[in-house]
Amino acid sequence: MLEDLFKVVTARFNGDDNEKEKSADASSVPMFKCPRCSCSCGYEQLEENKWVCPECGYHSRISAKDRIAITCDSGSFIEYDKGMSSLNPIDFPDYEGKISAMQDKTGLCEAVVTGECTIHGERCLIGIMDSHFMMASMGSVVGEKVTRAFERAAEMNLPLILFTASGGARMQEGLVSLMQMAKTSGAAARLSEAGGLYITVLTDPTTGGVTASFASLGDIIIAEPKVLVGFAGRRVIEGTIKQRLPEDFQSAEFMLENGFVDLICDRKNMRRTLAHLIRLHRPSQKMEDMTDGR
Amino acid sequence: MADDMEKTLDITPFDRLQIVRHKNRPTIRDYLPLIFTDFYEFHGDRLFGDDGAILGGVGRFHGMPVTVIAEVKGRDIYENKNSNFAMPHPEGYRKALRLARQAEKFHRPVICFIDTPGAFCGVAAEKRGQGEAIAKNLAEFMTLKTPVISIVLGEGGSGGALALGVCDELAMLENASYSVISPRGFASILWKDATREEEACNIMRITAEDAVALGVAEAIIPEPDGGAHNDPETTAENISEFLAKSLNNKIAKNIDLLLNERYNKFRKIGEFTE
Ligand SMILES: [Zn+2]
Repeated sequence: MLEDLFKVVTARFNGDDNEKEKSADASSVPMFKCPRCSCSCGYEQLEENKWVCPECGYHSRISAKDRIAITCDSGSFIEYDKGMSSLNPIDFPDYEGKISAMQDKTGLCEAVVTGECTIHGERCLIGIMDSHFMMASMGSVVGEKVTRAFERAAEMNLPLILFTASGGARMQEGLVSLMQMAKTSGAAARLSEAGGLYITVLTDPTTGGVTASFASLGDIIIAEPKVLVGFAGRRVIEGTIKQRLPEDFQSAEFMLENGFVDLICDRKNMRRTLAHLIRLHRPSQKMEDMTDGR
Repeated sequence: MADDMEKTLDITPFDRLQIVRHKNRPTIRDYLPLIFTDFYEFHGDRLFGDDGAILGGVGRFHGMPVTVIAEVKGRDIYENKNSNFAMPHPEGYRKALRLARQAEKFHRPVICFIDTPGAFCGVAAEKRGQGEAIAKNLAEFMTLKTPVISIVLGEGGSGGALALGVCDELAMLENASYSVISPRGFASILWKDATREEEACNIMRITAEDAVALGVAEAIIPEPDGGAHNDPETTAENISEFLAKSLNNKIAKNIDLLLNERYNKFRKIGEFTE
């Protein structure tokens, strides 16, 4: 239980450009600037803090690689469908070029990484969306890999944990992108009918078509503190109502208050929480003293 | 005939969008009495309230009891005020699901009519879980143990349309569109220029023919020359003809087979390499 010690993760934090800024002093080391509280800190300190803002506790965006490193038992992760890459279903101009540029930039084939692992020894299937790849928008590949994860969880009788993050639909795939919402939700429904455990962990930002599909369908929905979770874009709503929205609108805490999140869990407690929840859902566990004595 | 063919070929997706947005475009309120008899509208989601953007109820189609669920475009300012310009709130989707479950219990097929610019984007909609409401419909309709037929009457806008679109067979009226986002939104997001709406519309592949080619729709229901507003009665007859054929086909199927086919219809959509 106490093994949630900091792991030294070698991969560098690969934040959004607006989260990075040159520090004012002469050293000009890149600094993390928190989008919630605007404080600055060094990336080394941030990494030691599991990429959580030391001032306000905002759980910043991390790569799938870093998520695996802080979530899965060391060396336990086995990736599935690694080389899956999108085609261009509506022949959107230069979509292939955009995809290959993102692949070069991120080292990822697509916006979700799926596989199996153990967490404190508990075997499970896991999927992690990476917002650094086209804001983890959902196109054919995200839809297919997530659907396969649901189907495998049912076949292998294993729990499924999905860390969600997404800007919404992959516009460049048009209607095909929209249909991934139905495809993934249908697969989630089938896993549920098969009695499988599905846990979603909402990370920054979970919005649009992903919120309106599999992210909202977990048996248990966990959110990281202060992350953005919602359906419609903030600016779209502000445009409709012609006024500014409060800071905490569409935060994890807002979603909890309105009844759409089961619990908010700090990153440092995430491994332990997931392992405990998986254990609590093992079939036919009886009261200890009743099975002993009778 | 040759003339007609040429005329259709000349129509651009953007032209069709103008037909769909015509102020006299018939709505579900026009079609209901032309297609169904003994219709009773049922209100409310039993959780929060009643959403005028979605109507639902029971009626008869050629004598057979059916459940009808539809997005409601208004024909005037008053109707649009009540139906919020066919942009549902979560309680609308939850009403739809409640009535779909009722249909399942009483072994009636469900007929959905899609006609929306999209789910409403607002503070109350977020507070009451717009995302969750749509997600729940997608999941529950996929496993609903009764036939579901959906028809896009006009605009099929994004997740707000798909929430009534998980079905055994999807038909589109000839000029109807189905898209991940409005052409305006598409231009604005991808090109940062909303004025390129027409260009976006013409490359997005949102027409009935595109939907069939992409495996999203199975049928196209013809409209009279110039669009449905020129002859709502004939359009209603065409819708009825499609429904009769489709319902006969789906009702005859074993329910497990039907559900597998429904799942696979969506399961196979997507283009990728491995
Ligand atoms: Zn902060």
